[in-house]
Amino acid sequence: MADIRNDFVGIKSPNPFWLASAPPTDKAYNVERAFKAGWGGVVWKTLGEAGPPVVNVNGPRYGAIYGGDRRLIGLNNIELITDRDLQTNLREIKEVKAKWPDRAMIVSIMVPCEEQAWKSILPLVEETGADGIELNFGCPHGMSERGMGAAVGQVPEYIEMVTRWCKQTTRMPVIVKLTPNITDVRYPARAAKSGGADAVSLINTINSIVSVDLNDFAPEPTIDGKGSHGGFCGPAVKPIALHMVAEIARDPETAGLPISGIGGVTTWRDAAEFMSLGAGNVQVCTAAMTYGFKIIEEMTAGLSNWMDEQGHTTLDDVVGRATPNVTAWQYLNLNYVTKARIDQDKCISCGRCHIACEDTSHQAITNMVDGERRFEVIEEECVGCNLCVNVCPVEDCIDMVQLPAGATDERTKEKVSETYFNWTEHPNNPTAAKGTLEPAE
Amino acid sequence: MADKRMEDGVVAGRLPAKELVANFADIHPPLDHHEASVAADRCYFCYDAPCVTACPTEIDIPLFIRQIAADNRIGAAKTIFDQNILGGMCARVCPTETLCEQACVREAAEGKPVRIGLLQRFATDAAMEQDAQFYERVASTGKRVAVVGAGPAGLACAHRLAMHGHDVVILEARERPGGLNEYGIATYKTVGDFAQDEVDYITDIGGIDIRYSQKLGRDFTLGELRGDYEAVFLGMGLGGVNDLRIENEAPEGLEDAVDFISRLRQADDKSKIAIGRRVVVIGGGMTAVDCAVQAKLLGAEDVTIAYRRGQEQMNASRYEQDLAASRGVTIKHWAMPVDLATDGGKITGIEMEYTKLGDTRLEGTGERFSLDADQVFRAIGQTLVPDDLSGAADALEIVAGRIATIDAHGTTNMQGVWAGGDCAAGGEELTVTAAAQGRDAAEAINMSLRA
Ligand SMILES: Cc1cc2nc3c(=O)[nH]c(=O)nc-3n(C[C@H](O)[C@H](O)[C@H](O)COP(=O)(O)OP(=O)(O)OC[C@H]3O[C@@H](n4cnc5c(N)ncnc54)[C@H](O)[C@@H]3O)c2cc1C
Ligand SMILES: Cc1cc2nc3c(=O)[nH]c(=O)nc-3n(C[C@H](O)[C@H](O)[C@H](O)COP(=O)(O)O)c2cc1C
Ligand code: SF4
Repeated sequence: MADIRNDFVGIKSPNPFWLASAPPTDKAYNVERAFKAGWGGVVWKTLGEAGPPVVNVNGPRYGAIYGGDRRLIGLNNIELITDRDLQTNLREIKEVKAKWPDRAMIVSIMVPCEEQAWKSILPLVEETGADGIELNFGCPHGMSERGMGAAVGQVPEYIEMVTRWCKQTTRMPVIVKLTPNITDVRYPARAAKSGGADAVSLINTINSIVSVDLNDFAPEPTIDGKGSHGGFCGPAVKPIALHMVAEIARDPETAGLPISGIGGVTTWRDAAEFMSLGAGNVQVCTAAMTYGFKIIEEMTAGLSNWMDEQGHTTLDDVVGRATPNVTAWQYLNLNYVTKARIDQDKCISCGRCHIACEDTSHQAITNMVDGERRFEVIEEECVGCNLCVNVCPVEDCIDMVQLPAGATDERTKEKVSETYFNWTEHPNNPTAAKGTLEPAE
Repeated sequence: MADKRMEDGVVAGRLPAKELVANFADIHPPLDHHEASVAADRCYFCYDAPCVTACPTEIDIPLFIRQIAADNRIGAAKTIFDQNILGGMCARVCPTETLCEQACVREAAEGKPVRIGLLQRFATDAAMEQDAQFYERVASTGKRVAVVGAGPAGLACAHRLAMHGHDVVILEARERPGGLNEYGIATYKTVGDFAQDEVDYITDIGGIDIRYSQKLGRDFTLGELRGDYEAVFLGMGLGGVNDLRIENEAPEGLEDAVDFISRLRQADDKSKIAIGRRVVVIGGGMTAVDCAVQAKLLGAEDVTIAYRRGQEQMNASRYEQDLAASRGVTIKHWAMPVDLATDGGKITGIEMEYTKLGDTRLEGTGERFSLDADQVFRAIGQTLVPDDLSGAADALEIVAGRIATIDAHGTTNMQGVWAGGDCAAGGEELTVTAAAQGRDAAEAINMSLRA
């Protein structure tokens, strides 16, 4: 059976699934339940400075968007860092770590952007026996207005500076948690690396207004008639997170910097995808908050079954495997030609492929053949875009089939060439430089 | 009170009142908000959706379901009523398993169609409860149209004519409107006074004057109508019933299923309706099933439907047959009645003969059997009463016992006369078909009156 034990910057856990710093990790009670359920590790809910803790709103702090059957696909929150006393948290962290030595215990920290603030808290955390710290440079609401969280994470110089302070002060590995609320995630990642970070984790939540109450004309969640932006997470953010993970993984300046992948991980498959793009492990918040801790059973079993099926024996066989296949658009092979093909046995005749292609794309799917309701691809028109596949409600009913070299593309009437040919060499490209066949990265 | 369950003969109050009330309650209770959301969510919003094609009134089903899913229940109701002003009744009585839901692509995909009928009810109930009226009459044309019969065909026709600004007089033979919606549909499909409420909702548009106890052929003639009105729509359904063609047609205990059903529908207190201990229903359609099931619900011990052909040929849908079976009704195929056994003028049994398909037609096999019965119902089809049409100057063309129509809009061979619903040839004998034909005839009448 596949070995799914995880070693992330020297921090060991029985599996690569950690609970992200959030409500599920805010106290010993929850964390112990998580460990009992089988979670590999936790990033404790972000600690702040000693002294009176922050306060949360006393009304609703979450909002959501739903997919079919009211499945939660996106969650928005306006919660702050822990609103519990620092000493209580530290005591509990220490107790839980002592009780569960084989699980990863990371402590998330967010204190003001002053050297002394970081230097004071780090020894306290170290004393708990925690395995590492995560610097919360990501929280997009409430804390950033106080010059913390995303306010630091959006300024690469600050990231580098704070990371350096921490590295100078503590023996513990330092993971820098990045905010997605920036234009190019490579800059904060590079800054973390320059500051000496052992790893980055991403993403934190995305600035969002999740919905508007149309009776009160107020953003939701609504507190006494008003709402403020919150942080968005859950399945809906996974594509954004995957992209950011890949960007860092394939950036030559941060190549090799360990990544803890976060954002919408809900099943083993999501985790495998994050890891294949370069994440050394994953963190989960919304999925646990939606379904409870038991989902870990599906995640570990699913990951290990898949690895067995594929012949992967350890996580190292998976991590980063997809990274080299992420490239820039101009290096995609223009001689790769596909056509949609509809499996008539699986087709339930809903006609969605037809209307999608007809109304909005290439008029390449029939709705009638010989007077009968029937959906067939018109090869002369199909550009192989995949829209029909994406809108079809039946899995595997529509396939994209590659035309072999030598076959004629009925749309262009040209023979498919077997040679790799990309935009950089295309005659229509005014800046085409002959001979740039290999990706520049 | 003595238990009358096992009493021989035709007896009222076999079951305790409470049990009767439960038995005749809504067979498919309405969806609540959550159920409707889940059900609506399953719709794929198909292109040129097969369910729409399968609906005789061509309601834009994907659109109304999308409106429900998007929390616009009243808008959904309007989408339904735009095509079918009897959408509320149809939501209750349509055999959706052979119409829209059979065509649903999720029936093909998973054997579980979107619950279109119940969603239709969810939308229309909301609009009717709020009395949300969507239609206004256009400026009056001053033209008068006579509609014969206040059944679904007549009502649909009248509503559409009124919308177009014509003044409609409905001439109805009975004391109450609704036709078979009021007198025929099984009680558990349309509980409360829904049929009456629906008529009120429809006639709210104005310009529709219903005159009761006005029977064509008795109180006035078709010729007179043609003289007094600019156009005539015939929607009088099928008033007669077929004979059993057996010797003994008049003993006590023999009744037409439609009469029994009508009495039952009209009875507020079901314990007043007498039913046999052993009941045989002759026929294979929806009427036979409704009659048998309701006999069972009244407390009959044994109820048998005897049909002279096989399961495949039954007009009652598979779903209806299963419903009957689930209520404990026995369905006997390939058997026809030959004689009734009586004692002192009362039925005691029925003599049957097995049948088979001969070379050209159905024939008896010669083998006979008998069933004990103290009540026998005829449910072998309704017929047009030709006498009602007498008095017409030039004869209406009749084909296969129905008024012939020369196009899809119910135009008859007689100038200025249209027909639709059960009395007209073409289409299944269903509420929804009647609604479609009434509506389409109104459009044709409007065109001709405005020409
Ligand atoms: C027992 C039974 C159960 C049924 N169940 C269902 C069901 O579950 N679902 C379904 O879709 N369909 C069902 N049907 C069929 C459906 O009821 C009919 O197809 C539909 O009612 C036909 O509508 P209509 O307007 O043509 O006729 P009707 O509903 O028969 O209405 C005709 C109207 O005209 C009046 N009338 C008749 N003769 C005259 C005259 N000479 N002068 C003036 N007025 C006259 C009648 O009193 C009546 O009000 C059932 C039918 C029966 C008999
Ligand atoms: C209610 C809530 C509170 C959160 N609080 C914190 C926090 O204190 N510190 C932090 O680093 N991230 C916090 N997060 C962000 C999560 O750790 C995680 O990065 C994000 O939710 C994306 O992962 P997911 O899609 O699995 O939920 C919070 C998220 C939620 C939903
Ligand atoms: S792949 Fe795109 S162009 Fe081809 S049939 Fe599908 S939707 Fe149309």
